Amino acid sequence: MTISADHTAQPPAAPNSAASEAVRKFGITVEDYMLPARHQIQMVGPDGTLNPHTEQGTQPGHEYTLPGDEELMAAYEQLVVGRRVNDQNSALVRQGRMAVYPSSHGQEACQVAAALCLSDGDWMFPTYRDSVAVMARGVDPVQTMTLFRGDWHGGYDPAKHKVGIQCTPLTTQLLHGVGVAHAAKLRGEDTVVLAMCGDGATSEGDFHEALNFAAVFHLPVVFFVQNNQYAISVPLAHQSVAPSLAHKAVGYGMAGERVDGNDIVALLAVLDRAVKLARDGSGPLLVEAHTYRMQAHTNADDATRYRQDSEVAQWVAKDPLSRMKTYLTDRGLLDDDRSARIADKAEAVAAQLREGLSEDVPVDPQDLFKYVFSTPTPQLKEQSAMLADELSREEAAK
Amino acid sequence: MSPTITTSSEANGNVSAATACAAAKAAVEAEKTGPQTITLAKALNTALADAMHADPSVLVFGEDVGMLGGVFRITDGLTKTFGTSRCFDTPLAESGIVGMAVGMAMNGMRPVIEMQFDAFAYPAFEQIVSHVAKMHNRTKGAVKLPMVIRVPYAGGIGGVEHHCDSSEAYYAHTAGLKVFTPATVADGYRMLREAIDSDDPVMFMEPKKLYWSKDQVDLDALRGEHAENTERGTSSEGRAAVARPGTDATLIAYGPSVPTALAAAAAAAEEGRSLEVIDVRSIVPFDDETVCASVRKTGRAVVIAEAHGFASVSSEIVARVQERCFHHLAAPIRRVTGFDVPYPAPKLEHYYLPGVDRILDAVDDLQWED
Repeated sequence: MTISADHTAQPPAAPNSAASEAVRKFGITVEDYMLPARHQIQMVGPDGTLNPHTEQGTQPGHEYTLPGDEELMAAYEQLVVGRRVNDQNSALVRQGRMAVYPSSHGQEACQVAAALCLSDGDWMFPTYRDSVAVMARGVDPVQTMTLFRGDWHGGYDPAKHKVGIQCTPLTTQLLHGVGVAHAAKLRGEDTVVLAMCGDGATSEGDFHEALNFAAVFHLPVVFFVQNNQYAISVPLAHQSVAPSLAHKAVGYGMAGERVDGNDIVALLAVLDRAVKLARDGSGPLLVEAHTYRMQAHTNADDATRYRQDSEVAQWVAKDPLSRMKTYLTDRGLLDDDRSARIADKAEAVAAQLREGLSEDVPVDPQDLFKYVFSTPTPQLKEQSAMLADELSREEAAK
Repeated sequence: MSPTITTSSEANGNVSAATACAAAKAAVEAEKTGPQTITLAKALNTALADAMHADPSVLVFGEDVGMLGGVFRITDGLTKTFGTSRCFDTPLAESGIVGMAVGMAMNGMRPVIEMQFDAFAYPAFEQIVSHVAKMHNRTKGAVKLPMVIRVPYAGGIGGVEHHCDSSEAYYAHTAGLKVFTPATVADGYRMLREAIDSDDPVMFMEPKKLYWSKDQVDLDALRGEHAENTERGTSSEGRAAVARPGTDATLIAYGPSVPTALAAAAAAAEEGRSLEVIDVRSIVPFDDETVCASVRKTGRAVVIAEAHGFASVSSEIVARVQERCFHHLAAPIRRVTGFDVPYPAPKLEHYYLPGVDRILDAVDDLQWED
């Protein structure tokens, strides 16, 4: 292994950075560059038409290009699959085949864009609500559900897929993403890390520490906050009175951007650019996506206790799938035939989940001891023998 | 989180004055080969340097570990020798340090990180308990975290509050962490190399009052021993040591309490009582075999630790020995520990710390009249 030359903290506006380029090009300050656009970036509005009044191109430093047709079609397919996965999993919980499922219904655009913006060598650090993003990244759907099914805490190899284990303690995984990026940078690799969290999680101390470390060490990390308005029952106003969560970036010396989290076209444009900037050495960025958690926190939650149906109804009109369907159909990219094929694909994944999760995988009680350390301690060997003996006596008594 | 210890130590005329002097002397001494007298601090420093030479994936980071060389100078000279990519200062945030190390260990590195003082490690508690300890288990062994968290711990240095906690029980209680604590200069080198070689995370508890204790060691011989162990796949990991052989009773101690136990054994010898001293070395995994062999032989035991006695490593040791050696015991096992009070202010700490007299009183209570 070769560790690259000495690296120390770099100023935010290093000579070749995107910031200094914007400063030169537009005569703005570095601080101006770091601030998010005046309004969230939106390209396709809720009615499915390309928005002529978006910020892009009108505000210095916030120019975004429309993603290519192929990327948009791939994204749409994943959106449909993601929605089907969410609803299938919620149904499986109701049927008692899974312990719990935190659904990202309504947030599928964020989920899909998070996976599509990354290259093979990049890493993603997801939360418990990001199962669709994990699957969109290529992890087997049934393996992804291991945590919620209760077979084990994680069902896939993070190193193989370059996807961190879905994290329940809030924002702790952002620091792991920072470490992965730091190690890659020291070896001179061009890995980018997408580190994900929600709006409520931005109140956690590790959110601050992760952003600060990434900024100070100038690491290729894109922090992606899905602002779905609620942390279980607590609305964003109780978490933060910052102008927006994206504005927090400037306090760390990094650029922030906010984007319509139900507009996958804008999400891809913003995240693709953020990943590119990070890869090119511009340091970390923070992207906040405005979206909405359409369903309760999990099946154990009752959302009617803390929010009005009328509020939810407003967001139905902003659904990420319907606007994309309209947009692509109007563009002539999507027809009934293609729609049917995409629906079949989504149905196949749902069937895979139904089949995989109805299969009762036998658990091995000896697994309790196998993975605590690389080599079990004498004490764990003793306890493992004790359990084996207990079970063999139970078996003999049958 | 400034190292206020420096100020208080100056008042007591020990650590900081000794720091510069000892570091300078040790640097000269390290050049020599063959047996030489060095401090525990120098042994740890040499172990870090040797591990960094041996493996480019070994990285050292934390607060003030760079140009300063750490407030205790354990990382002295590493930035100069290996550059700022291999030994560097981080922002002042312990959770950040540990969390970043987790990610680095996930991605091919072997981080050795420093928590400046025992009580300053608490902000990192969630990372340590929920991730460092569990990652291997959560991923069914797919992700190993070969990382070492060095914690200067325990008291006896006249430090002000939050600089003298014995925090080992928090980590020992957490499944998935190895917990080592050296008590001798040679073990400082030996055990830190083993901790860095470990594929599992290690909490490396360094008794700060022993940093400047000296002993004659042969660093080349220790290097040779490490190389030989690496080749053979053997090590002293997880083994307790008989620090002083004896026949009448066993004193079980670890880290900062080992020299105190040895002093008690020397005093007892003058009174005609032969005490065996066991240095636990590795709290996790615990060496039941060595500890119990000694107690079965002597039939009497006293466990000594600086930490509060309640729900502690010392209570665990008593429970284990009692379960395994009950029929060999001539008397109930006694404990000499810190009182169940927050670590006291410098002027009061000598009342709190287990001392020779308190240990000898406990030994006297081991029902010798029978």
